[in-house]
Amino acid sequence: MIDILRSEWTKIRSVRSTVWTLAAAFGLMVGLSALLSASIKNDAEGPIPAGQAVAASLLGIMFAQLAIATLGVLVISSEYRTGGIRTSLMSVPKRMKLLTGKLVVFGATSLVVSALASAAALGVGLAFTQPPELATGEVVRALIGSSLYLTACGIFGLGLGTLVRHTPGAIVAAIGLMLVLPQVANQLPGQWGRTVAEYFTTNAGQLLVAGQSSESLTPWGGFGVYLAWIAVATIAGAVLMQRRDA
Amino acid sequence: MTAIRATNLSKRYGSTMAVADLSFDVEPGQVTGFLGPNGAGKSTTMRMILGLDRPSGGSVLVAGRPYAELRHPLRKVGALLDAKAVHGGRSARNHLLAIAQSNGLPASRVEEVLETVGLREVAKRRVGGFSLGMSQRLGIAAALLGDPEILLFDEPVNGLDPDGILWIRTFMRELAAQGRAVFVSSHLMSEMAQTADHLIVIGRGRLIADTSVQEFIGRSSQGYVRVRSPRLAEVAELVKVGELHHDHLRVTAMSTLEIGTLTARAGIPLEELTFVQPSLEAAYMELTKDSLEFSA
Repeated sequence: MIDILRSEWTKIRSVRSTVWTLAAAFGLMVGLSALLSASIKNDAEGPIPAGQAVAASLLGIMFAQLAIATLGVLVISSEYRTGGIRTSLMSVPKRMKLLTGKLVVFGATSLVVSALASAAALGVGLAFTQPPELATGEVVRALIGSSLYLTACGIFGLGLGTLVRHTPGAIVAAIGLMLVLPQVANQLPGQWGRTVAEYFTTNAGQLLVAGQSSESLTPWGGFGVYLAWIAVATIAGAVLMQRRDA
Repeated sequence: MTAIRATNLSKRYGSTMAVADLSFDVEPGQVTGFLGPNGAGKSTTMRMILGLDRPSGGSVLVAGRPYAELRHPLRKVGALLDAKAVHGGRSARNHLLAIAQSNGLPASRVEEVLETVGLREVAKRRVGGFSLGMSQRLGIAAALLGDPEILLFDEPVNGLDPDGILWIRTFMRELAAQGRAVFVSSHLMSEMAQTADHLIVIGRGRLIADTSVQEFIGRSSQGYVRVRSPRLAEVAELVKVGELHHDHLRVTAMSTLEIGTLTARAGIPLEELTFVQPSLEAAYMELTKDSLEFSA
C-alpha cells in the first residue's frame, strides 16, 4: 500500500491543477475573510461579538469548498479523460487499492491545505474585527470544524468523480449537491421540508463550521450526516469502478 | 512457461460479439503478431489480457495467473496500449516515476528506461507537447520499467514515420531475442511479415489462423503465370497444365519462358504473359475478406 501512496503523491504533486485549485481555495478563504471582516468592522458601532467575528472569518468556505471539490473530482476524472486510468490499473489491478490510495493521499493533502487556509482566514479576519472577549477554545473549535468540513468537501468531489467519471458532469453534480440543492431545500414548505433541508448535505455539514446545533442535529451530528452523504457517493462510485470496464 | 494463454475468451457488447470463443497461446522468446482488420477485436482482447475489461466468457492467464492476481504486475508484464493516454500536464520523468513507485521500482529505473528509449534530454518536458513518436517511446519506456518477461504492444507503429517504425521493429526483435514474449497487434500484414515469428490472425473476434510466419508465407505465396491470348483455347491445349478462366489461363507448373517458347513455336500470338506473385497482403486479404466488419 505504501507503494501506491507514493505513486499517488507523485501524481497529485506533479500537475498544475493541484496548485491552482488549492491556491484558489486558500485565496478564497483568506480574501473573503479579510473583505467581510473589514466591512463588518467599518459598519459596527462598538465592539464585535466573538461569535460573529469568527463566523465572518470563515465565510469564504462557501466558495473554497467548490475549489477543493473540483480538485477531488480531477484526481480521478482526469485519468478517465486522458485514458491514464488504464495505465494506473495496469500498475495496480486491485481497483479498490487504487481508489483507497487516491482517497488517502488526496484526503491528507486537502486536510493540510484546509487547516492552513482556515488558520490564515481566522488570523486575518480576527485581526480586522478584534473582538474583545475571544476565547481560544472557540477559535480552535472553528479551526478544526472548518478544516474537517473542507476536507470532507474534497472527498465528496472525489467520490462524485469516481461515480460520474466525466469532469464537467462531476463538477456540475458537486455544485448542485453542495451549493444549489441545499438552498433549494431551504425553500421547501412545512415541517417535512424543514427536516429535508436540515439533513441536506452541506446544510448539515456546515453546523460543524458554525459550531451551532440545528433543530435536531448537533454540530458533530450534522457533520456525521454530511459524511453519510459522502459515503453514499463514494461507495456507489467504488462499486461501479469495480464492475465497469476501464 | 506459456506467457499468455487465452481459453475460449469472449466479450459481448450488447448484441455484438467483439471477441468470440478465442483460444491461443503466446510463447516466450519470439514475437507473436496479433493480426486482424480494424474492429476485429484485437484491442478488446488486449484489454482483457490486462484485466481492464472483464471477459463475458472464458479466461485468460498471464504468466499462469489472472492479471489482477499478479503482485507487482509491471515486473511481469509491460504493455503499451495507447501512447496518447497520458496526463499532458506531467513531465515525462514524473509520469514514469508514478508508475515505477506503484510497483516498488526504484527511481533509478526511470532514468534507465528514459536512456533506453532516447528521451533523457526531454525528461523534464510536459508530455502534452510530445510528438506521436515521442509518446510511443514514452509508452515503451513505461512498459519496460519493471524489466518484464512479457510485453504487449497495441498497434505500436500506427502513425509513425519510417525511422520510428524501424526503431520499434528492431527493438521488438531484440526483446524477443532476450527470451521475452512479445505480443504485438497490427492490422498490416506487411508489418507483421517483417517483425513476427508467429501469427495469430483474427477477424470479427474469431480465430482465423494460428501459425508460424514461415508456414503462412509458404501456404499463401504460390505464384502462377497469367496468359492471355486471342487464341486462348489453343494455348490451353498446348500447355496442358493450365487452368482456364473466362479471359485468361492460369498456369502454376510452368515458367513464363517455357510457355512463351511453346506458343512462339506454334505461332500463337499472346496478349499477356505475366508471372503473378500474390503478396502476403493479398493472402491476408483473402483470409480476412469474409470477416471485415465494414466493407468498402
